[in-house]
Amino acid sequence: MMLELASDQGATLEERDLNTSPLAVRGLTVSYGQKPAVFSVDMTVQPDAMTAIIGPNGAGKSTLLKAALGIVKPLSGQVSVFGYPLEDQRARIAYVPQRASVDWDFPTRVIDVVLMGLSRQLGLLGRVRARHKARAMDCLHRVGMRDFADRQIGQLSGGQQQRVFLARALAQDADLYLLDEPFAGVDAATEKAIISVLKSLKQSHKTVVVVHHDLATVTDYFDHVFLINTHKVAEGPVAEAFTAENLQNAYGGRLATAQIDQISHVSG
Amino acid sequence: MLWDALTLQLGYNATLVAIGASLLGVSAGVTGTFLFLRKRALVSDAISHATLPGVCLAFMVMVLLGGDGRNLLALLAGSALSAWVGLLCLNWLTRHTRLAEDAAIGAVLSVFFGFGIVLLTIIQTMGMGRQAGLEGFLLGSTAGMLWADAVIIALGGAATLALVMLIRRPMTIVAFDPDYAAAQGMAVHRIDLAMMGLVMAVTVVGLKIVGLILIVAMLIIPPVTARFWSERAEHVVLLSGLAGGMSGYVGAALSAMAPNLPTGPIIVLLAFGLFLLSILFAPVRGVLAALLRHFRFQRRVHIRQGLLAMAQGQKIYEPLTRRLLQRAGLIRADGVATEAGKARAAKALRDEKRWEIVRADQAHEAVAALYNGLRDIETVLTPDQIAEIDRRIGAPKEVPA
Repeated sequence: MMLELASDQGATLEERDLNTSPLAVRGLTVSYGQKPAVFSVDMTVQPDAMTAIIGPNGAGKSTLLKAALGIVKPLSGQVSVFGYPLEDQRARIAYVPQRASVDWDFPTRVIDVVLMGLSRQLGLLGRVRARHKARAMDCLHRVGMRDFADRQIGQLSGGQQQRVFLARALAQDADLYLLDEPFAGVDAATEKAIISVLKSLKQSHKTVVVVHHDLATVTDYFDHVFLINTHKVAEGPVAEAFTAENLQNAYGGRLATAQIDQISHVSG
Repeated sequence: MLWDALTLQLGYNATLVAIGASLLGVSAGVTGTFLFLRKRALVSDAISHATLPGVCLAFMVMVLLGGDGRNLLALLAGSALSAWVGLLCLNWLTRHTRLAEDAAIGAVLSVFFGFGIVLLTIIQTMGMGRQAGLEGFLLGSTAGMLWADAVIIALGGAATLALVMLIRRPMTIVAFDPDYAAAQGMAVHRIDLAMMGLVMAVTVVGLKIVGLILIVAMLIIPPVTARFWSERAEHVVLLSGLAGGMSGYVGAALSAMAPNLPTGPIIVLLAFGLFLLSILFAPVRGVLAALLRHFRFQRRVHIRQGLLAMAQGQKIYEPLTRRLLQRAGLIRADGVATEAGKARAAKALRDEKRWEIVRADQAHEAVAALYNGLRDIETVLTPDQIAEIDRRIGAPKEVPA
């Protein structure tokens, strides 16, 4: 079936995707134990755009992102970033993990977390200088958290924690931003702040990929969608791929028909 | 006598031990902090118990080769080797089987230690010389410490410390957010192994002074102690080194004051003393500070609830509330409100109404988020804003008596 798909699309398109795409994934399979979480998935992320990865709980959205970043080891498949192997392009990728993945009682301040984004630049022995601090403060400013720089991270609300994570990614000054559920459990003000930062990234020709769970906001926020339920379901511009039929295929019975109707109505 | 001990005037051996113990304390405290931050403190227990077979095997090899088996460097090398094997077993078990790390630690620890004890018994029964005081490695023995031993301990401790400081930044990032570290291209697994290798080095260096059973305390207690005093990882590292160094130095000095006082256990008890002081008296995270905060908060809640009840003319039944209000001079012993009490009650009720307006108004969304039923509204709104809200509420009503 994979071979069929490849020949359908034609080798030339395939090659061009691999050469230019900020993130191209081919035949990626990841398995925890005997049950694949992601099975033979192809993904081609469009440059200078915002892409949402959507699918039901346990569909492998986060796993796809982690495997693309080499955080979890895939069973098979290839990943290329801007047409090069992942390892050569690390400096151009910024990752925002799920907020719940870290211990917020860790002894560190907001500014220290943002400075972690500069660790590649600092190297092993480089001292944190005034310009690094200024850069970190600037990134905090962009997410509206400048006044919180000296706070212990445990004192922050969930939304503020998420913004600090985003500031850390901004500090890297990357070209490709991968965010895992940045809007999960955050307040409205944070959601607004994050989406405006992401849109400004897009405007300065950065590529943004977001694991997203809120179907109601997909049309407002994103240009492209990638629907997944262990297997790839659909991929493309929101207007073409975010359809009732594709959603039904991705979510199966888990999404009420009424909900799908509503969404397909919104997306036109 | 105590002064003599603390100023290193109790002789050559005592001085050697004190210097060695303080260096060991510093490097154990600093190294242990990263293990603690990575939430893998107990790994050190497995590592330390896994040193015993190595010590025994190194001794046997030396005796078989015709030596007396007492060369400290060779014994430590043997212990490092078997600790490393134990570490690899532990790592393999947690990564490639479904065994959780705590179970894997238990398995590795007991098997290696058991094997070590068997070897120790064999050495005893085979009558291979006087055992070279191998059981001293269990709880540490400093009585016959030589200059060469002290140098090995000092150099080992210093080298470990330098390496820890070199890779402290990656270790901190991996401890806080391993996925992010991996996404940045850090070799998380290798950094973890390096961290545990350094813990192993500290353990091996500390065998002579504190022994393999108690070295865990030197790796865990100082970081836990330091954590009470700081919210910054780099400060926790320094404070932990300080706590470890102090316990090592003072403990060694104290144990030199009387014959047969065991050095290792005294160092550990001193470290525990620092821990006890910290858990009780640390300003923010300490137990007393937390209790104080809790009682202050409870008092505010009770007084506020009491005032609101008074303002609405309800009777206050809860004894604690009555007691607190009375102590604050807001009600009399018979439960009747004083003048001050009436005024405060009216103000509390009015504030509550003001908050209601604020919370219902989208324009005040940010301020509304600060509502907790206790906060005085003047602390979050300007007098002009409050006046505006009061206009919306209307004139204040009489407080029922």
